[in-house]
Amino acid sequence: MSGRVLLAVAVALVLAAVALTRVLENQYYYFATYVILQYVVLATAWNILGGYTGYVNFGSAAFFATGAYTAAVLIKAVAAPFPVLLVAGGLVAGLLGLGIGYLTLRLRGVFFAIATLALAVVLQTLVVNWGYVGGSRGIYTLRPARVPFFDNYVEFLFVVMVVLALGALATARWIERSWIGRGLVAIRDNEEAAECMGVPTLRLKLVATTVSGALMGVAGAPFPYYLTYMEPTSAFNLDYAINSLAMPMIGGTTTWVGPLVGAVLLGAAQQVATVTISSALNLLIVGLVVVAFVILAPEGIVGLFRRWRARARA
Amino acid sequence: MVRDVEAGYGAVRVLHGVSMEVNEGETVALLGTNGNGKSTLLKCIMGIVRPDAGEIVLEEDGRRTSLVGRSPEEIVGLGIALVPEGRRLFPKLTVEENLLLGAYRREARAEIAGNLRFCLDAFPVLGERRRQLAGSLSGGEQQMLALARAVMSSPRILLVDEPSVGLAPILVSRVIAKIRELKESHHLTVLMAEQNFNQATKIADRGYIIVHGQIEFEGHSTRELAEHELVKKYYLGV
Repeated sequence: MSGRVLLAVAVALVLAAVALTRVLENQYYYFATYVILQYVVLATAWNILGGYTGYVNFGSAAFFATGAYTAAVLIKAVAAPFPVLLVAGGLVAGLLGLGIGYLTLRLRGVFFAIATLALAVVLQTLVVNWGYVGGSRGIYTLRPARVPFFDNYVEFLFVVMVVLALGALATARWIERSWIGRGLVAIRDNEEAAECMGVPTLRLKLVATTVSGALMGVAGAPFPYYLTYMEPTSAFNLDYAINSLAMPMIGGTTTWVGPLVGAVLLGAAQQVATVTISSALNLLIVGLVVVAFVILAPEGIVGLFRRWRARARA
Repeated sequence: MVRDVEAGYGAVRVLHGVSMEVNEGETVALLGTNGNGKSTLLKCIMGIVRPDAGEIVLEEDGRRTSLVGRSPEEIVGLGIALVPEGRRLFPKLTVEENLLLGAYRREARAEIAGNLRFCLDAFPVLGERRRQLAGSLSGGEQQMLALARAVMSSPRILLVDEPSVGLAPILVSRVIAKIRELKESHHLTVLMAEQNFNQATKIADRGYIIVHGQIEFEGHSTRELAEHELVKKYYLGV
């Protein structure tokens, strides 16, 4: 599909989301969709580093929580307006990504994954012991009493997440089609060869960790307002790390469509399970589905679809 | 031009003061058996291995550019391309994607369409297998792809590391002939590391013999090389 068509679709989706807030009253749907959209951002962000570049990040929660806590601090300290939260959350998490990139990108494969997992643990410990943001007791954030144009704050957050998800997808698509993306794919396939060909491997990997981290931070920035009460275990929840890795794997890691498909399907399944059975089931669902995909369809749904289409044509 | 280069990996010294020179338009062979430092020297020139001492200088139109301390992408940017040992393709990318990645260098991106057409013409087999994964090609085809990918960066200097490795003799001849063909059509300067003396000297103007990280002999012609006792001992079995 051409860029212009996709842009039109994106604009239509935002308008539809706004229109929906005029019609649909039940708050639950906004809460649930918000979570799914948040996973679209996280999965897309993860895929830039994990899918394109082949560096598996197990610390998505760290970047997400960095965005969330940056926002919480800014709200508490200076009552910062909403757009500032998004920018600051992305900026701080992006810088974290850059720094972590410098420190850990010498590691490859499973060692990189372990390092990122450790990052989440270290940051969580720091936050737990940080009195200003409430430590392990958590922090309350009061939503602004009124938000222009929307009936209530949840509907506003929902529309914001729609925009963020589309923004993340656009970023991923742009990277994928640029020389940056080609270079990242080369790194995934054979890093040494990429270096021989004059692909600036270190610089590209740093771009990937920074962009990936920044997007995750942006996804986390509205989190204090979404929950109104946030504590470290919810912000650093392992769910974020697992889901943002499982969703692209299920959808397919080679294109921007994969994380979108994976996040929508898995995210929706989890929301349904939460309502009908129990939220405790969510991680089990993820685990089973990932195992099934790794065995049966390692290229994800996008890969399945491509193979099916190739066969239909042949 | 390389002067007094010393390099190694960790505590292991591989090159002990290697000096050599390649002039514009020449094809120079770097001969030596396994483990004597041929690949390490080429990697030093490409900036993949950092030399501990010595100079590596590119002289062009009277300008001298030191290559030591430069990153591989800068060196590729100067018009030097490496066909790495063991080919080092991107196995899960298609032939065409491999070729496009050869043109990562900024100067080469502008010439990408022309270079791609040239490569597909010069290597018809790659044209046929354009959409196939590089990993599914045969050894000879892979070597051709590695060569073509290097040409995609519009280089002036081509470094070739053991093009004969793992190939049947008839394919080696074909690859070697292709290198000569590329050299002539693109006015390249070629430095080729090779163990296969007979094949290398088919296209080389002259050569060096490297033993234990030192240049043991400089042959000003292929004949001088062939008559040298080291060559007789190692390659010709005399």
